[in-house]
Amino acid sequence: MNVYLDNNATTIVDPQVFAEMEPYFVQKYGNPNSLHAFASDTHPGIKAGMEKIYAGIHAPREDSVIITSCATESNNWVLKSIYFEYILTGKKNHIMVSEVEHPSIIATAKFLEGMGCNVTYLPINNEGIIDPQSVRDNMTDKTALVSVMWANNETGAIFPVEEIGDICEEHGVLFHTDAVQAIGKTPVDVQSLNVDYLTFSAHKFHGPKGVGALYVKKGKELIPLLHGGSQMGGYRSGTLNVAGIVGMGKAMEAAIDALDFEMTEIREMRDDFEDELLKIEDTFVVTPRNKRTPNTILISFRGIEGESMLWDLNRAGIGASTGSACASEDLEANSVMEAIGAAEDLAHTAIRFSLSRYTTEEELEYTLKVVKAAVIRLRGISSSYAYAPEGHESGLDSHHH
Amino acid sequence: MGIDSLIGGTIWDEYSNKVTDLMNNPQNMGEITEEEAKEMGAKLIVADFGAESCGDAVRLYWAVDPNTDKILSSKFKSFGCGTAIASSDTMAELCKDKTVDEAVKITNIDVELAMRDDADTPAVPPQKMHCSVMAYDVIKKAAAQYKGVDMESFEEEVIVCECARVTLSTLQEVIRLNDLTTVEQITDYTKAGAFCKSCIRPGGHEEKDIYLVDLLEEYEKEKLAGKATLGAAAAGADSVGFAQMTIVQRIKAVDKVVDENIRQMLIMDGGDMEILDIKENGANFDIYIRYLGACSGCASSSTGTLFAIENILKEKLDDNIRVLPI
Repeated sequence: MNVYLDNNATTIVDPQVFAEMEPYFVQKYGNPNSLHAFASDTHPGIKAGMEKIYAGIHAPREDSVIITSCATESNNWVLKSIYFEYILTGKKNHIMVSEVEHPSIIATAKFLEGMGCNVTYLPINNEGIIDPQSVRDNMTDKTALVSVMWANNETGAIFPVEEIGDICEEHGVLFHTDAVQAIGKTPVDVQSLNVDYLTFSAHKFHGPKGVGALYVKKGKELIPLLHGGSQMGGYRSGTLNVAGIVGMGKAMEAAIDALDFEMTEIREMRDDFEDELLKIEDTFVVTPRNKRTPNTILISFRGIEGESMLWDLNRAGIGASTGSACASEDLEANSVMEAIGAAEDLAHTAIRFSLSRYTTEEELEYTLKVVKAAVIRLRGISSSYAYAPEGHESGLDSHHH
Repeated sequence: MGIDSLIGGTIWDEYSNKVTDLMNNPQNMGEITEEEAKEMGAKLIVADFGAESCGDAVRLYWAVDPNTDKILSSKFKSFGCGTAIASSDTMAELCKDKTVDEAVKITNIDVELAMRDDADTPAVPPQKMHCSVMAYDVIKKAAAQYKGVDMESFEEEVIVCECARVTLSTLQEVIRLNDLTTVEQITDYTKAGAFCKSCIRPGGHEEKDIYLVDLLEEYEKEKLAGKATLGAAAAGADSVGFAQMTIVQRIKAVDKVVDENIRQMLIMDGGDMEILDIKENGANFDIYIRYLGACSGCASSSTGTLFAIENILKEKLDDNIRVLPI
C-alpha cells in the first residue's frame, strides 16, 4: 500500500483541476496579450480563474492578487520591496519576522540584514505559537514591516494573525502573512483582519506547482520585481501562466468547497490517528490540537532519529517528513523543535504526518501498524534504550558537537 | 553549479546497496552483558559516543580477552540515521578478532570503504561522511577505557577534517607548497572540507578547534610577514653589493636612502641636502654632500645631523661609508 502523508510539502493535483487546465496547453495556447482570437480564447479562462482566486480569500475587487511562480517568490518580493521602498531610502530601518518562518522569509530577512536592515526574529512559546505581545514590545517608530505566517508548516500551529494585524494597524506598520499552510485548512478572509500582503501557493491545496500568489491591499506599495512587458498591472511582467491561473482558480474553488470537510472529517481522522500514535510509549506532541491546522501532526518518538523513522516508513510505502538532522541537506535539527525548547534529546526525533482530503481511514490504519513495527525495530537498535552494566556512566548525554 | 547541483535529489539515492542492507538488517546490532562476557572469560567494555541532542549517538560493546587483548565479540546500539546505523554496524564488524591495538587503527575511511559496492563509488553522500567518524571515535573511546588511558593519546596528530582524516600538518604543508588561497582549492588538493563541511568555518554541524579558514588566514599573515622579510633580505643584498656597484648605481642607492629616510627630516627644519660625489678612499666610501637652505648655517650640520645621516647610510648600505659635508 502506498500512503501519502506529506501534504504540507505538496499535494496531489485534484483531477478536476487537471482537467480544467488541460485545454490551455494544446488547444488554447495563445499569448493573452496578443491581438487575435488565439489570445482571446484564453481570456474567459483567466478571468474565471482570477475571480475564483479573489473569492477564495474574499479579496475586494480594488485590491490586487498578483500571480507569481511560487510562494517563495511572493515572500521574497514583499521583503525586498520593503527594503527598496523603506530601508534603502532611510525612511525606516527595521522589520520583524517570526523565528519559525519558512526559509523563503528567514533567508531573505538574513540577506536584508546583510544590507543594513535591522531584523527582529520573534520567538515562539512552548506551544509553538507567537505571543502577539512580543510584536508590540519590539515595535519602534522605524519598523517598516511585520511578517508572521498564518499557520506553521511543521507543527500546523495557527498564529494570532488578527491580533498582530491590529497591533500593526495601531502603529501604522505594514503586515504581511505567509498563508501557504492556511488556505483550505482554516478560513482565510483578507477582510476579516488588518493585512496588507498575503502569500499563498496552489500546490499546497491540490493545484499545480509553479503557481503562487501575492495579495496586496489597495494603496499599499509594491515595487515591481520583474520588469518587462507590464503584465499583471505592471507589477509583475512575464507572459501569463494561463493554465496555472486556471488551475489555481479551480483548486481554490475546490478547497473552499472542501473547507468544512477538512475542518470536521479530516480533523476527526487526524485526531483519532494521533490518539493511537500517542498510545505508543514515549511519544510527544507539542502544539495543542485546537490550536493547529486540522491536518497536521508533529510527533516525537523518543530514541528514534527522524530519518531512520522515515526510512522504515518509506520501505512500507509511506511518505511522511522530518525537518530534523540527518534528513535534510544541511544536517540541522528541526528548527521548530529547537525554537519550542523541546527536551534536547527530542530535537532530532520529530516526524510530521500531514493529511489531506484524499487520505483514507484504511491508509491511516495501515500507517499505524507500520509505525508500531518501526518503533519496535528502531528502538531495538537505538542506544537510547540499550543495556549498560551496573555502574556504567552513560556518555550519551555529553555534547560532542 | 552545473546540472547535477541544479537538479538536487535525495541523499538516499546515493547510499550504496551495502548501506541500505545494513540499515535494513544490521548484523552486529545488540548488546553484550556482564554475564555473557564472563562466560567468554572476557572483560566487558561499554563505550558511548555522541548524543541524541546532536542527532547521532552510539554505544559499543566489546568482550576482550584480557590475556591476548583480542576482541572476542563486538556489538553496537545506535541512535541515528541509516548511515549512522550502517557505519556503526560495519565498525563493529571490523573490530572482531582484532586486538585492541589493531582496532584503534581502524579509521572512518576504512569503515566507509568497507561499505562500498564497488571500489570507485563512495558508499554515502558527502554530507553523511561524518556519521562514520562517530564509529571511529567510539573505538578510541573503548580502547582508552580498556587500557585506562586518555582517548586523545591514540591520536598522534591533530586532525582538522575528520571526515577525510586530513591532519593539521598536511594541510599547512599543502597550503604553503601550492600557495592556496581558497577553501575550494584546499578541498581539491586534500578532500578536506568536502564532506560534512564542519571544518570549513565556524557555524557548521560540529564545533572545531581549528577551521580551514583559520589556516588560510594564518598562511596569508605568514606571506605578509614573509614579504617584509624578503624586502629586508633584498636590501641586505644591496648593501653587500655596494662595494661591487658602479658609481652610478652607488649614487642611485644613496639617493634612494636619502629620499626615503633622510630628506624629510631635513625639510622639516627648513633645509635640504644634495649629493656631490662618492669616492673610494682605501676601505672607505666617502660621500660628499652639500647642505641647502637652513641646514647650511646650522650648528648641528657638522655634528648631530651629520652623524644621523652617516649612520642611516651605514645601516642601509655599507659600514664603511663616511659622509663629508662641503
